[in-house]
Amino acid sequence: MTAPQLEIQAIAALVAAACALPGVFLVLRRMALISDAISHALLPGIVLAFFLVEDLTSPLLVVGAASTGLVTVLLVELLKRTELVREDAAIGLVFPVLFSIGVILITRFAGDVHLDVDAVLLGELAFAPFDRFVVAGYDVGPSALWLMSGILALNVTFIVLLYKELKLATFDAALATALGLSPALVHYGLMALVSVTAVGAFDAVGSILVVALMIAPPAAAYLLTDRLPVMLGLATLLGVGSALGGYWLAHWLDASIAGSMAGAAGIAFALAFLLAPERGLVSLARRRLRQRWEFAQGALAIHLMQHEGSPEAAEESRIEHLNRHLRWDPDFAARVVRGAQRRGLVARVDGSLALTDRGRAVARELVVR
Amino acid sequence: MSETPAIEVSDLTVAYGATPVLWDVDLTVPPGVLMAIVGPNGAGKTTLIKAILGLIRPAAGRVLVQGRPYDVQRRLVAYVPQRRTVDWDFPTSVLDVVTMGRYGALGWIRRPGRRDRRLALEALEQVGMTELAHRQISQLSGGQQQRVFLARALVQDASVYLMDEPFAGVDATTERAIVHLLRRLRETGRTVVVVHHDLQTVEEYFDWATLLNVRRIASGPVDEVFTEQNLRLTYGGRVAFLAEGRSAVVP
Repeated sequence: MTAPQLEIQAIAALVAAACALPGVFLVLRRMALISDAISHALLPGIVLAFFLVEDLTSPLLVVGAASTGLVTVLLVELLKRTELVREDAAIGLVFPVLFSIGVILITRFAGDVHLDVDAVLLGELAFAPFDRFVVAGYDVGPSALWLMSGILALNVTFIVLLYKELKLATFDAALATALGLSPALVHYGLMALVSVTAVGAFDAVGSILVVALMIAPPAAAYLLTDRLPVMLGLATLLGVGSALGGYWLAHWLDASIAGSMAGAAGIAFALAFLLAPERGLVSLARRRLRQRWEFAQGALAIHLMQHEGSPEAAEESRIEHLNRHLRWDPDFAARVVRGAQRRGLVARVDGSLALTDRGRAVARELVVR
Repeated sequence: MSETPAIEVSDLTVAYGATPVLWDVDLTVPPGVLMAIVGPNGAGKTTLIKAILGLIRPAAGRVLVQGRPYDVQRRLVAYVPQRRTVDWDFPTSVLDVVTMGRYGALGWIRRPGRRDRRLALEALEQVGMTELAHRQISQLSGGQQQRVFLARALVQDASVYLMDEPFAGVDATTERAIVHLLRRLRETGRTVVVVHHDLQTVEEYFDWATLLNVRRIASGPVDEVFTEQNLRLTYGGRVAFLAEGRSAVVP
């Protein structure tokens, strides 16, 4: 691996980690869409701030541009409060306006500077190592590396300090208000964090793919755990994994790094969606199947119990009559009987079925429930 | 009355847009009572509680908790919201939710410590949920969810408890457990205000009642205010039953 390769991967990993942390709270607060809005609406802020400071990795640009993110959130909330449009429509109305202002500004005024719509939308991670951070004549690494380290540190600090406030404001905003832990303050803090992160990350991965790194890893982590601290850790790991995996995928495919990273994040989510131990599609399907058989075995046990000791018991308990009495097809009935025998619920006594003690207990419990 | 009222609401008007939800409500809750707020759907019961807690800005009126505004008295008040208002799929445990009751006492940034967790476990014991402390909250039944919320309020160790429909959709065991708990709170000098739906149990469970339908119809000791006439005023003659020994109100 060459030095630039290492640097690119380090930047990618930092971007992914910085995005995943606030992303966890966006997913839990059901505000995934706001990250899309913020990352797009940042464009005019970035352009205007760029005109002023002429350096894409300047902290001044980050702060200036991030304020556009807060303006977006504010505008969305003002629109929503009129009760004339719903939140999703408000988001859909606000960010294209701001985004289009940014696009017009770039195409009209920024023709001769290093800032074009493609770079803003898709980022250019491969060029990140060229922009060096020089302190007192020493080259201390790519500027983006330092910027993203700073943003990651900011995110970690915010979440560590305000972990309990974030959790309460997300889980029960009314209680947070009643206790005096203003959820509005927490909300705007989080939105500021999302904005700053999006500005820092847009240079590396572009404003569209920021969304992928903010939402996909936390959404996958949500399926894999039911503890918030674990979810934060897993989301970070999945994000970093997607970033590094995406980098090598791009290398191998000779394709866009940002696109491959977002693709890898999507694949990570798809895997969690299918294979998560409790909530994945596969385990859901298996559980449903098992429940279906257990239910049928229970129904058989109850049927046998109802007729136990009655004159028609012999007739009702014959295996070949199950399909008539329970309206089960013979194959299904045979499988249910086999399953029930395996679980020790019923025993076969010359062509008839008899409940075992265990089967009787199970049937009784089902009836009571 | 010589004692400072636990809650004193005067001339409280709350409106959503131009629709009044509460019209000029006056309400005095003496300390140490177990009070039910009853009234039909849309009567403003939840709104009243939320206005007391400062969750809703009133159009007019004033709320005092033990003689002073809620803002400076919030440590004295515990709130049990309706169970459905939160996302029970949130990735956290029973113990963690109960510990949230301590967040007000902790204030900003300080994290719950061993003492807070011990208090939370004690509260869980009081609602009979000790063995579920580490359970993920999505695995709880409705009654268990309600008990978690009650434990969370207990851990606040408040002197005034405001509860929004704690009996809604709970099993009989939980209902008995809640009633027992409410009485214990009253015995220890706490004031408890409960939004309640089941008119049949008002006289059995509570000693004080407020009948509300946008305006305050009546408020006072249950045996004085829980009368056929007041109920008719509150429910508009639609009360089809009353406790045994009284004639049913038929419209």
